[in-house]
Amino acid sequence: MKNQPTYKEWRRRFDGLFIGLIAIFTLLFLYGGGFLPKIQFSSPKPTEKTTVEHTAEDELNKIENGIHLRSGLIADEGYKLIIQNCGNCHSLKLVTQNRASKEGWIETIEWMQETQKLGDLGENREAIVNYLAKNYGIKKSGRRPNLKNTDWYELPPAE
Amino acid sequence: MKTDSNNDFSRRKFLKKGAIGMFATLLGSNIVFSKNLPKGIVPIGLEGDPKTIPGKSDELLILNDRPWNAETPAHLLDHKITPNKLMFVRNNGFAPRNIDPKKWTLTIEGEAAKTKKVYTLDELKTKFKTYSYQLTLECGGNGRNEFSPGAKGNQWTTGAVSCAKWTGVRLKDVLNDVGINSNAIYIGYYGADTHLSGDPKKVVISRGVPIKKALEDESLIAWQVNDEDIPLMNGYPLRLVMGGWPASVSGKWLKKIVIRDKVHDGPKMGGMSYRVPKNPVGPGTKVEEKDMKIIESMPIKSLITYPKTGAMVKGERTFEVRGHAWAGDLTVKTMHISIDFGATWQFCTLEPPVNRLAWQHWKTKVQLPMDGYYEIWARATDSKGNMQPMVVPGWNPKGYLNNACHRIAVKRM
Repeated sequence: MKNQPTYKEWRRRFDGLFIGLIAIFTLLFLYGGGFLPKIQFSSPKPTEKTTVEHTAEDELNKIENGIHLRSGLIADEGYKLIIQNCGNCHSLKLVTQNRASKEGWIETIEWMQETQKLGDLGENREAIVNYLAKNYGIKKSGRRPNLKNTDWYELPPAE
Repeated sequence: MKTDSNNDFSRRKFLKKGAIGMFATLLGSNIVFSKNLPKGIVPIGLEGDPKTIPGKSDELLILNDRPWNAETPAHLLDHKITPNKLMFVRNNGFAPRNIDPKKWTLTIEGEAAKTKKVYTLDELKTKFKTYSYQLTLECGGNGRNEFSPGAKGNQWTTGAVSCAKWTGVRLKDVLNDVGINSNAIYIGYYGADTHLSGDPKKVVISRGVPIKKALEDESLIAWQVNDEDIPLMNGYPLRLVMGGWPASVSGKWLKKIVIRDKVHDGPKMGGMSYRVPKNPVGPGTKVEEKDMKIIESMPIKSLITYPKTGAMVKGERTFEVRGHAWAGDLTVKTMHISIDFGATWQFCTLEPPVNRLAWQHWKTKVQLPMDGYYEIWARATDSKGNMQPMVVPGWNPKGYLNNACHRIAVKRM
């Protein structure tokens, strides 16, 4: 009996299915009607320059210099998993500005599962961790890095 | 022509297999977050246009848009009093919406409170004497980006600091009105922000300070900053302001203060949050929670706010270099700058603070001896003789308290 789903669980499942179906039909309608940007789903390579001409709306889905513009993620294998599994709950800027080893990223995921209500990532977990460790791995910078990205300008006269 | 066929191809592909990915994205919240999520809660909570923060300058550097986190470039902190729209934003959750200040209340209670009292905003404004102080607020993680190995979290550089004029009532006046029992040792706050998971029952952050800090004259319950309403992203309509300590003790969207008979144990008081190792550790060391201590007063620090980094100066021209310095609970005693990577140091004139816990303004004149590349380094010394280090100070697991000297690049042509 313990393994039998309760009424509530059935309801939740049904709700999920129902919302999913509505979403699918809505999207098909919008897509068919040309309301949604046409998205290119062929898997992008990091350095590939997109050859498709873009309308204003899909500007953001472009990949430029290996970066998926909308998400800011490095467009390496698995980046869509990051959008799906991380981007729903927090800004992807939190991913792109951080660096960690594979162990470090695993720790971060476990921390989110323990304290931030992240669920089980299932079979995607390995791919997610590998993507993060490969593309957002540790950078060693020593005790004080050089000043970078200085925009030089002529100092105007004091007022 | 190639374009067209590509488009056709991608459309077909979309219908065939892309759809699955697309809907997985849409339903991702169901898959990932199903665990404890209450019904009807949508975790996607973008707070408006992802490019600009409500009430804030678009010149702030956005580190995170969900929740909002943004810092102020050093040259925009040149004002003696930080303008509201240039004040950094460090949010842990989503700001409350549809705030009605007429209905806003503040509750004071707790094990060490003599009674429980609820005040409306109007009652706070009329029942107690109003005070204004310029108070320095700095995020405990300001400077995190320079630690190596890096610490996770928002990668603040130098701009998670502000000093503005805050107006409100003294926290101690309100606590005394409720009555503080002799066993009180800490206070904690609760705000009206929402956890990123969307779960209304989950407290985003609830930190606090020892009762001694709470009872200082400058510890305020504030409803104004620079004579205006507090910007929503900085805590409108009511917040705590406790200068000199990690800004996370200055709770925003303030709804409740608890007077505790033990160290407050709300979210982000324990674990590794806003804590550093009790004993110094080498870079990358694993430190157990029991070996960590809560950060209290922030360390001595300074900023060069003029000129903006990258200035090119002609010949023998003399130019002003200026900024601010602050020292947690202490005061800044002396201020130096170096144009030769710390080999020699020149004195700066330094103003006393307008009031306790306000940052202090410093300035000096600089002439570069020959054409070439220079860095100007700024080093403040506090009233106990502590100086800012030239390199990144003691590594800690979460990357707090980096008070290494601020550097800007200049050239003489």
